[in-house]
This record gives sequence, structure tokens and C-alpha cells, in this order.
Amino acid sequence: MSILIDNKTNIIVQGFTGKFGSFHAEEMMKYGTNIVGGVTPGKGGKKHLGLPVFNTVKDAVKNTGATASILFVPPEFAADSAMEAADAGIKTCVAITDGIPSHDMIKIKRYMRRYSKKDKMTLIGPNCAGIISPGKALLGIMPGHIYMQGKVGVIGRSGTLGYEAAQQMKNLNIGVSTSVGIGGDPINGCSFRDVLEKFEQDDQTKAILMIGEIGGPQEVEAGKFAKENMSKPIVAYIAGLTAPKGRVMGHAGAIVSAYGESAVEKVELLKECGITISKNPSVMGETVKLVLNGKKIQS
Amino acid sequence: MDIHEYQAKKILSSFGIGIPRGGIAYSPENAEYKAREIGGSKWVVKAQVHSGARGKAGGIIICNSALEVAQATDKILGKKLVTKQTGPQGKIVHRVYIEEATDIQKELYLGLVFDRSSECIMVVASTEGGMSVEEISKQKPETIIRSKIEVAVGMQKFQAREIAFGLNIDAKLISRTAEVIIGCYRAFSELDATMVEINPLVISKNEQILALDCKMSFDNNALFRRNQVSELRDKAQENPNEVYASDRGLNYVSLEGNIGNIINGAGLAMASMDMIKLAGGEPANFLDVGGGATPEKMVKAFKLISQDEKVKVILVNIFAGINRCDWVAEGIVQALEKIKIDKPLIIRLAGTNVEKGNKILKESKIKYIEASTLEDAANKAVFALKKLEN
Repeated sequence: MSILIDNKTNIIVQGFTGKFGSFHAEEMMKYGTNIVGGVTPGKGGKKHLGLPVFNTVKDAVKNTGATASILFVPPEFAADSAMEAADAGIKTCVAITDGIPSHDMIKIKRYMRRYSKKDKMTLIGPNCAGIISPGKALLGIMPGHIYMQGKVGVIGRSGTLGYEAAQQMKNLNIGVSTSVGIGGDPINGCSFRDVLEKFEQDDQTKAILMIGEIGGPQEVEAGKFAKENMSKPIVAYIAGLTAPKGRVMGHAGAIVSAYGESAVEKVELLKECGITISKNPSVMGETVKLVLNGKKIQS
Repeated sequence: MDIHEYQAKKILSSFGIGIPRGGIAYSPENAEYKAREIGGSKWVVKAQVHSGARGKAGGIIICNSALEVAQATDKILGKKLVTKQTGPQGKIVHRVYIEEATDIQKELYLGLVFDRSSECIMVVASTEGGMSVEEISKQKPETIIRSKIEVAVGMQKFQAREIAFGLNIDAKLISRTAEVIIGCYRAFSELDATMVEINPLVISKNEQILALDCKMSFDNNALFRRNQVSELRDKAQENPNEVYASDRGLNYVSLEGNIGNIINGAGLAMASMDMIKLAGGEPANFLDVGGGATPEKMVKAFKLISQDEKVKVILVNIFAGINRCDWVAEGIVQALEKIKIDKPLIIRLAGTNVEKGNKILKESKIKYIEASTLEDAANKAVFALKKLEN
């Protein structure tokens, strides 16, 4: 198994006919992802990349049986598209879009409260690289070939730092069950904790690598959750040791504004939760290897 | 995005929050005229820079005559104000705000922020106005009142009343205080703010409720729909290199060190800076050229880093995904044909087609040091710096 997506998941692309949407739809199809169509309001009935285009997500779901979607919609319209997906019964939605206002993200999350837990869509992102279950499906923008299939679940905020980790692991012959990019925004769909919970239930996943950064409470909340609820070992790296307080470091959410949000504080708090810390970003792969071999690491 | 105090006051005033009479001035004559226009016998001249703690830095002067207002303005205008928040480089005062002085009966603190944990808007209030919220939470944490506002339905009157009663406000002023709190909430939610802070919010001797000092910050991602807010941006208050970068779509933060770096992706950029630090160096900047690292962005990035005088060594770290290392390498070669770099340059490429990328760099005329891993790149950068220093 893997989490969220596999080779049987029927996937649609929202913002299908745009430049960005088209490019990445093709890349995902090349990887073997089961893309079954797309949505662009006003272009319904046409074909694009040999697949049907629909006016609404509801039409797409009805005609293709899609259960997952990926958003390549400009920030002004992204919240609307995410809510449309939730309402049409999509189960997993990845929002790639960077630049969605925080107020809009809160609105999406409030909107989704109307659904019961079993009917609620899992929103991944925004401002993220997406999801990959290596060898099965790619619902994102990452380069598929650097991910080897295997038993480590990866959760991270940053795209390229996630690639770096996947590459380090591949060089050590360590594979990934699923890698989930939760994005760099202050308010996001799925948190580290939400994804940890899914990895705990996944048979394929034997260990988890969490790649966090400065800002916000999510990494520490995940640590506290793990201490009580996780049987699988977790390795974490927190980026931003040199980041000054009160400055936004690229990601809208990467800003230290309260206690527990700096890299040093997060590392301390995660250690207290029994999580193994990768002492620098160059040894993420090696640290995972040691943990997989059952070694305790003094850090 | 931050705005000036006088701009925030104007906004809050349009949401029904009382402010003392005041006006902006750009010269001592201008200030003197404004003081007479405002009337009264006591004024405050306030430096308008994007920073708190201006009083301690000499940016706020109380005056007892219009002449004194002119003198105070003369003293402050053009001055570089160095506060706890501006850093050692300070911020230059280009305008002052002249305000009638208020006789204070009581000073309160009122702030609104996003609470990332509950994903709500959080109101923070305290009876200990005048101190920073960090100081209040250290010295008088028991006075802090917090109230989470559910954004779907907005702030309710009872919530505002609860806060007002919690501030021990005289019963006859409760409903007016509640209106101020609701006004701040409306300004926050209707203008895509990320922070509204009135400190102090005062009750004057004649029982008016007034915002004496205030700050507002806005969500950069929402500026596309807030023209009236975007217009308030004052680029003179920002680091010139940061303005240059943001105008060109680069994520850049100027820092104190001397190893300049160009990286794709915010997380990888922070990680590379961490490696520089662990290797014994200090990064001169944070710079994320975006995941794609297009040739256009690379040109702009090299230009930006080359005009930073603190930079002694440059480290480039690009992890190419779909954008491929060979394409990125060509972009670097093109960029360095346009921009001359005479500092040691360390380049680390990784990801798709890394061999091809490195081959293109090797066969080009670029003088650089090749690095293989994150650690190798940081070590080579610090080594190059030490060689320069010896």
C-alpha cells in the first residue's frame, strides 16, 4: 500500500488546459498516473491531451469516477476551485498554487467543516510539490525518477529540500512509500500530524522522515501526537537555524513570531517527544538509514 | 506588508476607531502650520518609520508650542532612527506626524493576529498598555485576555463585551470599547490584514477612547485585491536590495554574513544557509530564485548578489527537477556572460541530468569551484573565504 494515491486512483486536473496545468498533466501521465480528464469552466465537451474536459468538477466526477484532483488554478480563483472539489466528492485534492491569501485558506477549511469525517476531502498544500507514491502515481510537480519505491514515508514543506532528501535516500538504496508536500503557507490543508496519522496506518511505511522549518506550531504538534500515538520511528530535520526572528524566509509561513517557532526550539521540543533529529540537511538520508537499522542516535 | 502609523490610523478611523487630531508634515514650516491648524497647546511630533520602540530612539518628541513643533521636526526629519526593531542599519525618517497630545487616564493593549494553531483570528488584550506584548507576557502574563474569533460568522458583540469587561473598563464606556474592538476586527478581516495592534489604546481624562499608536500589516498574497492598501507601500522603508529583489519576483532577505547564496526553493535555501553556518561561515542573504531556476531569474539573482558589498564568496545550489541541470547550467553560463563576477564562486548542481549540467559548466569559460553535496558546497565556500582572508 501507500497513502492517499496509488496506480488505480482516478485523477482529474483542475486548470487542465492552462500552460502550467497541461505541462504537469503530461509529466504525471508519463509517470503512469491515471489521469482521467480535467476541468476548465467554459471548455467542457472538448478534448485536451486526448482526455475529456468538463465545465464543473461535479460533471468530471460523474463521468470519470475521479476521486482525486490537482489544482493548477491562479491564486485569485484557487479557493473557489478547492471548495468546488470538496463539494463534488473529491477525496484527495492537491493545491499546487502559490500565493493564496490566508483569509481564503481559512475560508476553505471552514467550508469543509460541513462534511462528516468520512466524506471530508483531504486537502494537500497549497504552495507545495504534491504527492508521489513511487512506482505507482505522481500527483504533483516533483521529478519522479529521484524517488525509489520503498518503505519510508516523507512529509515536508519545501519542494526542492524534499527532492534533496529523496536523492540522499536513493543514493543509500532507501526507497519511499509516499512523499507528501504539505506546503509552505501559514494556513494549509493537511498538517504534519494529519499525514503522520495516515503513515501509521500504512503497512508499506516502516519509518517516517519529517522535513520541517521555522514558523508555526505544526512540527511540534506532530511531535506531541507522535509521542502518544506513533509506533513507527520518526526522523526530523528543521530548516532555518540562521533565520532571523520576524522575517519571512521565502515561504509565507516561514517566520518566527513566537516561542517554539525557531529551528533550535523546535529541535529541542521534538527531541523531548522522542523524535530522532537529523543534525544537518546533508545527513537526512544517513540518519534515516541508521533508524531503519534500529540504531539509537545520540544527538 | 507594513504601513506607517498615520496610515494605519486613517484606516482604523474609517472603521469607527477614535484617533487624536493630527496631520502629516514633510518640513518644519509644514509642521508648525499643521500644529496651529490642529489647535490646542500641546503636541506630539512622531517620526514615521516602519518600526515600534521609536520613543526610546528619540523619534517621538512632546512639544508645548508651535515653534517647538517646528524645532522637533527639524531634529527628526532626515535622521536615521535606530530602534530595537530596525537593526543597526536603522531607518531614515522622511515624514513626521503631528498630533495633539492626549491626557491619559488609562493605557490598554489591543492586538489582533492570525492564530496558526486554531486557524482563527485571535484578539489579545491587556490592561498594561504601553509595554510591548512580549514584555507584557513576561512581566504581567495574568493581565492578558485572549479571544478566538470564528471567521465564518465574524466577531460577536458579546465577545467584544467580554474583552472590554476583562479590561476593567468603567461600565458606561463598555459599549464604546466594544465598538472599537469590533472595528479592529472588521478592518482586519475586510482588508486581508495579518496584524492590527493598538498600543496604547487609551481612555483619556475626558473619557474618550483613542488609538494613540497603532500598527497594521497585510497579507502580501492578498494585495492583488487590495489596491487601496498596496498604494500605501513605502519602499524607502525597506532594504534597497530587498526592494530590487521583490520587484523582480525573487524571495530575498539581506543578512549580516559574507557568503552570498543563490538557491532554488525556500526550504533548500534555509538548509543551505544552515550548512554554511555549521561549516563555520555566515550567510550574507537568503535568496530563493523559485523552484524552476529559470535563466531570467538566474541573471537577476547574480546581479543582486554581485551588487551586495558584504559578499565575499558566492554559493550557488540548485536542485533541478523537471527543469533539468543542463538547462539550469546553460542559464548560469548565460547569466555570467552578462554579469561579471570576480569573487570565488562555488556551484553545486543536483537532480535531473546532473552530469550533463556539470559538463556544460566545465566546458564554459566560467571560473568556479564544483561541489557535489550540500556539505561539500558549504565547506568549499567557507574554505574559499578563509583563503581570501589569509
